[in-house]
Amino acid sequence: MSFEVIVFYLFAGLTLAAAFLVIVVRNPVHAALSLILCFFSSAGLWLLLEAEFLAIVLVLVYVGAVMVLFMFVVMMLDINLAEIRKGFLKYLALALAVVAPMILVIGAVASSSYFDMPKYSAAVKQVADHNNTYEIGKELFTKYVWPFEIAAVILLVAIVAAIALTLRTSRQLKNPNVEQQLSVERDKRIRLVDMGAE
Amino acid sequence: MEITLGLTDYLILGAVLFCFSVAGIIINRKNVIVLLMCIELMLLAVNTNFIAFSYFLNDLSGQIFVFFILTVAAAEAAIGLAILVVLFRNHRSIDVQDLDLLKG
Repeated sequence: MSFEVIVFYLFAGLTLAAAFLVIVVRNPVHAALSLILCFFSSAGLWLLLEAEFLAIVLVLVYVGAVMVLFMFVVMMLDINLAEIRKGFLKYLALALAVVAPMILVIGAVASSSYFDMPKYSAAVKQVADHNNTYEIGKELFTKYVWPFEIAAVILLVAIVAAIALTLRTSRQLKNPNVEQQLSVERDKRIRLVDMGAE
Repeated sequence: MEITLGLTDYLILGAVLFCFSVAGIIINRKNVIVLLMCIELMLLAVNTNFIAFSYFLNDLSGQIFVFFILTVAAAEAAIGLAILVVLFRNHRSIDVQDLDLLKG
């Protein structure tokens, strides 16, 4: 077995084990930590597939930002753990009934000779100083520049929506209420006090 | 016999990962946070497939697509968690079965 095969099976096994833990552990904090492990090992697989830029982005954006956000939310909410596990076995049976046909179908497709899979067993390896980031950047800023801008707008909308949803303080607006200002009368603002000369 | 890695290996990995997350969505009916995590897992499986195809077909478009999927997934996670926080604030519960305000 070559080194590549060993690395693949190591990371694939780690990914699947972590994914399995995500769906069965009782505590959401442990689930989030398993998901982080899953992302890390997937980043390893992506490196093996010569997608270096995306592997680093997966670690930076997912592990560094999205999963930290998940951890924050999990730890902020106090969840009744005993309540969560009710009906676990019933749903487990349902899950197996749904997933078993999926696995059968995918297995049948993957093992059939219709798609001629062995043709794709040897990819062309890039040379050692091949710059994946440069290639992606070149594609992104020429052919895909319009989708790139749309992605930026989507992120902006997400920021605004997330803040608008969770903002709890009363909104202290500084703009003047014109109607109220116009309806003010003299007596409401001025009080003349009679003082004797002393 | 020399064992080599083919596209099939990565596709089966992605498929099993996807099946795990579908099972997770069915099992964790009491907890919306774990449901969101399962959706992230699904996207990861799909992204792995995209990158495997990109590598074996020698075409960079797959990686560009993964880039955009990551962007949208990050936005989705942020908004989903914001909705979750508001939900917990109003309901004191994140059970999926409690979300019946719309009587659907």
